[in-house]
Amino acid sequence: MTVDTIHDKHDPLHPQLPYRIADSVNRAMGDVQLQQFVNAATTARDRGRVETCRDAFAERYDAVRRHAGDIKQHTLDHLDIYVEQFIDSATTAGAQVHCAASAEEARHIGIEIAKANECKLCVKSKSMVTEEIDLVSALEDSGIKTLETDLGEFIIQLDNDAPSHIVMPMIHKDRRSVARAFERELKTKYTEDPQQLTQIAREYMRHKFAQADLGISGANFLIADTGDVVLCTNEGNGGLTVSTPRLHIVYVGIEKIIPRLDHLPVFLKLLARSATSQPITVYTTILTGPKRELEIDGPKHMHIILLDNGRTDILRTDAREMLRCIRCGACLNACPVYRKVGGGHAYGAVYSGPIGAVITPLMKGLHNYPDLPHVSSLCGACFEACPVHIDIPRQLINLRRDMVTNRTMPLSGRLAYKLWAIVLKRPLLYRLASRIMALILRRMAQSNDSGWINKGPGPLGAWTAERDFPAPPSNSFRDWWNRHTGGQER
Amino acid sequence: MTIALFITCLTDNFYPRSGIAVVKVLEYLGHSVVFPQAQTCCGQPMYNNGYHNDARDLARRFLHVFEEYETIVTPSASCASMIREYYPTLFKAGTNERMAIEALSEKTYEFVEYLVRVQKVDLRSLGMKWKGSATYHPSCHLRSLGMHKESEQFIEQIEGIDLRPMANSEQCCGFGGSFAVNYPEISASMVRDKVADIKASGADTLVCNEAGCSMNIAGACQRQGVVINTKSLAEIIAEGLGLFDSENES
Repeated sequence: MTVDTIHDKHDPLHPQLPYRIADSVNRAMGDVQLQQFVNAATTARDRGRVETCRDAFAERYDAVRRHAGDIKQHTLDHLDIYVEQFIDSATTAGAQVHCAASAEEARHIGIEIAKANECKLCVKSKSMVTEEIDLVSALEDSGIKTLETDLGEFIIQLDNDAPSHIVMPMIHKDRRSVARAFERELKTKYTEDPQQLTQIAREYMRHKFAQADLGISGANFLIADTGDVVLCTNEGNGGLTVSTPRLHIVYVGIEKIIPRLDHLPVFLKLLARSATSQPITVYTTILTGPKRELEIDGPKHMHIILLDNGRTDILRTDAREMLRCIRCGACLNACPVYRKVGGGHAYGAVYSGPIGAVITPLMKGLHNYPDLPHVSSLCGACFEACPVHIDIPRQLINLRRDMVTNRTMPLSGRLAYKLWAIVLKRPLLYRLASRIMALILRRMAQSNDSGWINKGPGPLGAWTAERDFPAPPSNSFRDWWNRHTGGQER
Repeated sequence: MTIALFITCLTDNFYPRSGIAVVKVLEYLGHSVVFPQAQTCCGQPMYNNGYHNDARDLARRFLHVFEEYETIVTPSASCASMIREYYPTLFKAGTNERMAIEALSEKTYEFVEYLVRVQKVDLRSLGMKWKGSATYHPSCHLRSLGMHKESEQFIEQIEGIDLRPMANSEQCCGFGGSFAVNYPEISASMVRDKVADIKASGADTLVCNEAGCSMNIAGACQRQGVVINTKSLAEIIAEGLGLFDSENES
């Protein structure tokens, strides 16, 4: 079983830093098939979200998104109180709660617990936080075999690949590569039939579930006043992960807390529709502590590891709203740029798409990801899709602002904008500059018959690589206005 | 009512006919239009690229030039949303300056938005006629002003128009200001999709209310040899009301 040996060091989600996006963009732009996969899957999901949300919420869709956003924002604004409350409630329910400041600490705590309980085989359900802290390779290095049991993640693990979407990890993969991986790694007969492949995976996993002594999951929500851990899954693997092995470890970011159980429904409604256009996920599991006396199912011990890993730093900035994110992936599905760059790998980090373009630089340093805030047309499709109403375009702009303030932007760019601003602040200079620019552009356009510019220097050259640039007409609006009114303002 | 026109730098220099149409339509509806000569740019290029001190200075300039007027109308939803949504964020809450900026935001409208929401214009009652087949690209910023559906319904009121549906019409054309030159491959790929959808609509005219989108889409059409007229809705209305003396007036 070569699943044991999957972790080579070339990992698109943990690249060498600083990460520059240009190579990935060029590679993806040349891969028509990849673009088509990603385009088809995300477009379908985005349409599905719009339709199911419209059916459920009608004209109140925006109000519902704002409401959910407000609940999360309130929790974040008082996170110190709610974290304490959650720890108390979960402890009372019988779980052991740990706080991890960093990824390293989170890995360490989990591995120590697993070792103390003599765990050998771990079954794992899908969790972005465990990707964030690169947990699986750490477990394997410590001698704990770990199996991803979400079908998509299982395939990714089998093929030594990395997830490229928050919800649909194998969005970039084609059926043939999956079939080849199954044949190669599981020694089964080659088949491209999704049902057969699912059946093979299912049989393989059943045995592992029966043998596993450790289950690791993430959590979609934590309820502060009850200590509940809420898991939303679709394949049933989540339920087995948290109930079959004798030990259950939950890895979860502190931002997943909501105050009370009666705040949960609005999130369940929004999450499933936004993520997978379902009215509700197939399984919604609410766990309150480990197995109690007289209960048949459930782990003997339950540990909850609350992860900070940069979140309290974000809490202190004007990017706090980013922590409302419920990891539905709707912004990825809505984003034209995500589609064009062939999905998540291009972002060089665990969190991709519009949400990743903001939180990756926040968590790992703007200087390490200087391109991400700029790879966006700021079209706002992500903002419209976000179930918790995060103004992602504005946050991207704020990161650009921070790069200007830190002087991480190249000097040439800073000078160009400075000069431009100087012109714009002086109306006479502005009018003169406009006139000169118009003259130059018209002169450039004269060199061909169309009246358009098809080749230019500098930034104009980037524009004209694949499209023409218009030459301004000989009279501006201002010229017309002055004739129209005889030079009067009114 | 007196309306102050904020023409925007792109419309002023690249699409004057669209600006002229805005003036003609507003005057036709009985408004008197003024054009404050000291205006330049709203500062969105500075704001979007992170030069917020300069953007703040330009917001102050804008306030100084326009605050005396009762209503400000601009042909760009992009610039309107800069003023409405982003200007206030540049000033500290509770200050006099912030309050003045907020008052300014509240009286600034994109042209179509002003006709539909404030003036409640119904094109059917104006007796305008415009013959031709057209397809409509609603700009992202018009969507962010919540005008997507309303602007579409507004166009449907035009008598004689053969409005062809455009697939993925809500999709960004890939302009995005500096994005178009910083990531030209992605931007060009996005506008290629847009051009394909426009072409598939079979329309002769593209209705596009944003000068930036128009430059991008028309430039891509030109390069690909796709023949299409790109016009703003103001131009269509002005033409339909017979307000242009000739097709080429400018």
